[in-house]
Amino acid sequence: MIRWLLWLLGGLLLGGIVHLATVLLLPRTATQDAYTRLSATAPANNIMPLPAPTPDDAVLPFMDPAFATAVCRYDLAAGPLKLRVPVSQAYTSVSFYARSGIAYYAINDRAAAGASSSSI
Amino acid sequence: MRLLIGFLFAFAVAAAFGLGLTQFALTRGTAFGAITIGAWTAWPKTGTSDIDPYARAAIARSGELPIGSGDGVAFFASSDDAGRALDGRCMVTVAGTTPAARFWTITLYDLDGRLIPNAADRYGFTSQEIARRADGTFEILIGPRARPGNWLPTGGIDRYVVVLRLYDTPVGVATRTAKDAPMPAVAAAGCA
Repeated sequence: MIRWLLWLLGGLLLGGIVHLATVLLLPRTATQDAYTRLSATAPANNIMPLPAPTPDDAVLPFMDPAFATAVCRYDLAAGPLKLRVPVSQAYTSVSFYARSGIAYYAINDRAAAGASSSSI
Repeated sequence: MRLLIGFLFAFAVAAAFGLGLTQFALTRGTAFGAITIGAWTAWPKTGTSDIDPYARAAIARSGELPIGSGDGVAFFASSDDAGRALDGRCMVTVAGTTPAARFWTITLYDLDGRLIPNAADRYGFTSQEIARRADGTFEILIGPRARPGNWLPTGGIDRYVVVLRLYDTPVGVATRTAKDAPMPAVAAAGCA
């Protein structure tokens, strides 16, 4: 009996390690993350408008249907990126994401006031 | 032999427990950095480079791009203020005011993040198009049957989630309570 409880305890400890390992490895092995989904349609270093999401078809889950969205898969290997964004009457924002989907920087039209470009 | 069976048992427990825990954590959402106000929960840190490993794994799995914190913040509600899961076959009201924001949108999704099909092709409201009362508050009716006023159709779906996105807002990682961010009340209004 004691022996089985020890095996169970060992299994649970090992399970904790499995849990942490899968959580940490998942972003690197995910095959349906945002970048992969966008790779199918958006060419590199080009701004491409995304079709408005519909119940049957959306490029990404949880897209806001109130917004017109365009994406650019940028590649900084060949040099820095310079982005000029026309400001519209409505709310406009630009978000920068890393390959893994981390939103490391975002700015809206009012915060950008005047500075119509940003580079990284 | 007993040793081998013991090892196999421990490995089976490890696999079931570890993977089950991962699945649970990624689908339920974790408490790290969560702000819960009434029925609404937001994870503002998910929109920054301070994102925690669980949220990273969750977005990699779902394929969404989280809203950047310089852009805004998204609040999710999958149950009403009394804690009952939102049911698309019943009427639910979302009423009151939103925190200060230049622009906000409210949208219904199924649990996988798809818009909910309906004959009206109506998936949500924005702060610019919603009809308000004289005092500036609003009431949105969510349910399967058409209602006058701000009606959002559920198409009779079983479970759904309401997402309130605030754009250009002071609400963020520093927000703690309803005093900083008065959220609209979510209440069940009976089943048809």
